[in-house]
Amino acid sequence: MAIKISMPKLSDTMTEGHLVKWLKKEGDRVEASEIIAEAESDKATMELEAFDSGVLLKIIVPEGGKVPVGGTLAIIGEKGEDITPLLKSGPVMETPPSADSPLLPDSLPSVPKAEAISDDGLITSGTGRIKASPLARKLAAERGIDLRRISGSGTGGRIIVRDINAAPAAAPAAPRQVVVGREDQNLPLSTMRIAIAKRLTESKNTAPHFYLTMDIDMDQAVALRTNLNTLQSEVKISYNDLIVKATAQALIRHPMVNASFQEQSIVQRGRVDIGVAVAIEDGLITPIVRQADRKSLLEISQEVRALAEKARTRKLLPDEYTGSTFTISNLGMYDITHFTAIINPPEAAILAVGSVRRIPVVRENQVVPGWRMQVTLSCDHRVVDGAAGALFLQELKRLLENPVAILL
Amino acid sequence: MAEITFREALNQAMAEEMERDANVFLMGEEVGYYQGAYKVSQGLLERFGPKRVIDTPIAELGFAGLGIGAAQVGLRPIIEFMTWNFSILAMDQIVNNAAKLRYMSGGALKIPVVFRGASGAAHQLGAQHSQSLEAWYCNVPGLIVMAPSTPKDAKGMLKSAIRDDNPVIFIESEVAYGYKGEVPEGEYLVPIGVGDVKRTGKDVTIIAWSKMIHVALEAANMLAQEGIEAEVIDPRTLRPLDEQLLLTSIEKTNRCVIVEEGWPYAGVGAEISHRIYQNAFDHLDAPILRVTSEDVPMPYAKNLEQAVIPSAPKVAAAAKKVLYI
Repeated sequence: MAIKISMPKLSDTMTEGHLVKWLKKEGDRVEASEIIAEAESDKATMELEAFDSGVLLKIIVPEGGKVPVGGTLAIIGEKGEDITPLLKSGPVMETPPSADSPLLPDSLPSVPKAEAISDDGLITSGTGRIKASPLARKLAAERGIDLRRISGSGTGGRIIVRDINAAPAAAPAAPRQVVVGREDQNLPLSTMRIAIAKRLTESKNTAPHFYLTMDIDMDQAVALRTNLNTLQSEVKISYNDLIVKATAQALIRHPMVNASFQEQSIVQRGRVDIGVAVAIEDGLITPIVRQADRKSLLEISQEVRALAEKARTRKLLPDEYTGSTFTISNLGMYDITHFTAIINPPEAAILAVGSVRRIPVVRENQVVPGWRMQVTLSCDHRVVDGAAGALFLQELKRLLENPVAILL
Repeated sequence: MAEITFREALNQAMAEEMERDANVFLMGEEVGYYQGAYKVSQGLLERFGPKRVIDTPIAELGFAGLGIGAAQVGLRPIIEFMTWNFSILAMDQIVNNAAKLRYMSGGALKIPVVFRGASGAAHQLGAQHSQSLEAWYCNVPGLIVMAPSTPKDAKGMLKSAIRDDNPVIFIESEVAYGYKGEVPEGEYLVPIGVGDVKRTGKDVTIIAWSKMIHVALEAANMLAQEGIEAEVIDPRTLRPLDEQLLLTSIEKTNRCVIVEEGWPYAGVGAEISHRIYQNAFDHLDAPILRVTSEDVPMPYAKNLEQAVIPSAPKVAAAAKKVLYI
């Protein structure tokens, strides 16, 4: 019997999916557990696996198409089977698939995609030719988009207009603005951009934010980091790794900051799962260091590095970026000294971290050079009161100013 | 507006022009007593008499030449070929005299002749009688080539053709003679070299003419059911071509399918696609696709004939291909 393949819910916040690429075409034989398509949620690109064998009778959502979660993507059945009843029963808006859905994301990172890229010559190194439609080339030139950084969804991997429209515009400083008068450009929203807009607006509108800023003396943390990186060459420990570790420990002692406001109650989270905001090409994503309080600095460092890499290549699995209990956003590497972040719902607070700076400080009535860092905690006042937030920051300060404590 | 058939529209055009200008006359095989092989000249003999509606022998080269000669000395002949397949016999007169005399006489001679007749496949007529030869004539400088798709266009275009001082190749579709369509009351002209948007859309441009417009429109309806809005453009005159109309559409849709009943090799669609590549290259998001008859003599067998000529599903499939669907 013919069955529908539906758009699975690839993340908690996903309401709509974007069918990036069909790996099978109509009439192709499909085996159970074979990867048949790639789909993009609001967070990442996932591979879709068929749970039943059969013939791909009809593709309903074309490449580039969008469909709500649960909407029909395609129909699998036996060759020659009549699928009109299935087509009639509303191609979109069905009940979301359950765990035994015919389609579930693959549990492995998408290795085949990387191969496809090199085989097709979509993304080439140096001398390789890039296949792009004339219109795509023209638009890319106008918008300062590097075609080498885009993979094509057209025939044989050709880059076409929809790929250009899906690509982020070049940095403002792009030198190749040939247009004489600058015209307004209409950039279509990516699913990620829509998710960011929706969630952060919701956060700012529902959670009453207030902000606490604290100066932290980083002299010892700087020294410790230098020592650790001299002692071992396995991983280069970053300030951010130290901050993640210290934050996790501070949260254990101040569980009210590691919490969520719910309809009827406040939930104090039993685990400390720290989301680390990572900027990626067309937005940002917060991969999670699970149970960061129980991990060593080295483990945290390795994990953050691996997750950030997966985030940048859009290979994160939903598991790896949904369900954090607290988030850290660090713009220190951009020389930002101080900023306020918007809480990542349903969390109760977020820590905004500035740069570690060498500035004149007063020590024993002398002005001397010292390392300082500013952090700002945004709190949801429904959960965290001013004093509670301040106590948490004091603990964080204590740990970072005596960082040997976090090695224990 | 009255709804009339394609053949009635052509009949009205000829009758109105013969009424308007005593120099206009019709000549060809079976145009008089038999009322036309396809009844396009129905009633004209009775109305205008045997001096102006002249039955010829089966001698295409001869009566084509007579027409060209008459045009040189001031008459405005309409020469009917029973089908364009038979015009092959008259190619020397058309190509070497009609197309060249105005040029070679330094403009001293005008050649206001219209060659018209049926074209294309029409249900199992065999390889010699099923041809679409517009590409042959489009290749010749000095000729105007027109191929209407609707009764309204047919009437307005034929009247313009008769009034023009250059030789006009006027290609009608044999199976379209019975097609009905609304035709305005009163006199109107469809100018030479002006195309028409037969259906507006934003997703893909389908260019077709003559009978293939109907195939294109059927394909557009199929595509519409899938949410694809095709724009169907009818150049109407194939030489000179209304290039701007085509380019404007492609600048909007960025993709193009050209449908042609003739063969692919050196077809009219090849020239049209070249012009688009030349002038709208940066607007294309996909290579232009052509849907033509297969590159074979027309088979007699019904199923094979259907397989050879362009169909709406073939056109819809091509449209989806240029849309990367």
